[in-house]
Amino acid sequence: MKFKWWYGALILAFILAVLSPLASASPDGLEKVAENKGFIDLALAPVFNIFPDYVIPGIPNEALATILAGIVGTLVLFGIGYGLARLLRAKKDEA
Amino acid sequence: MHIPDGFVSTPVVAAGAAIAAGSIAYAVKATSKKLGEKQIPMMGVLAAFIFAAQMLNFPIPGGTSGHLIGAALAAILLGPWAGILIMTSVLLVQSLIFQDGGLLALGVNVVNMGVIPCFVGYYLYRGVVPLFHKRKLGVMVGGGVAGWFTVVAAAVLAAVELAVSGTVPLNVALPAMAGVHAVIGIGEGLITAAVLALVLAVRADLLELQKA
Repeated sequence: MKFKWWYGALILAFILAVLSPLASASPDGLEKVAENKGFIDLALAPVFNIFPDYVIPGIPNEALATILAGIVGTLVLFGIGYGLARLLRAKKDEA
Repeated sequence: MHIPDGFVSTPVVAAGAAIAAGSIAYAVKATSKKLGEKQIPMMGVLAAFIFAAQMLNFPIPGGTSGHLIGAALAAILLGPWAGILIMTSVLLVQSLIFQDGGLLALGVNVVNMGVIPCFVGYYLYRGVVPLFHKRKLGVMVGGGVAGWFTVVAAAVLAAVELAVSGTVPLNVALPAMAGVHAVIGIGEGLITAAVLALVLAVRADLLELQKA
């Protein structure tokens, strides 16, 4: 099996997911502005929670829970992106 | 810059949903017309890479952090319409699975971080690249400029939406959002330029995929 360029790109994405516990925990630009200008409390709690804050619930080690959430998300998005492109490509051939 | 539910009013939510839905519908049509075999893995890895990179918040001064949006990168590599589909996929998964960005605000977030920055980023890049004799320099400066402007454009848009929603006055929201995102945008510009330089070094032909 020939090593294709996008295998490398996908590996790079997984490396980033594994590094995700290193991310800064500070609020992002919008959150910071919302805190400073006093409208952060308007944010509604989510209706349901699956992996809130990019952490898989029930895993005691937070870094591990974050890495696993990152890997799941990366996989899901590769699947959606690739699958969607395949679908659109099939549609093109039909036309 | 994911807007949670509660920050934007019902009319803003409705307008965002309508613009997002219309853009996505057209993007499906436009993308299915020109998508080649080579673009298929590119769409997959871009969605995966942008999701993973968005998790890596980098610190900026003042106890704040920022993260990549990735719309400029996606639009530069695959064109604005495919870029919109990639960004929509990322934002949808973040909202549904990771509770990042509200479900009702999804359309607004798709407009802010998908539709508008994909066009801003794509056309800025296309405008800047030919200004340089050296292609590599043009690609990197083009990517950097596109990255920075997409973040600031998204921030200005978000500020206007917050103001229209009555959440915070425009004269307060605009300088605050534009100011902090002018700094975060530097990160976006650097990452976009670095990824494009990597693509150019490894597989320069992939930079031409959006023209196919």
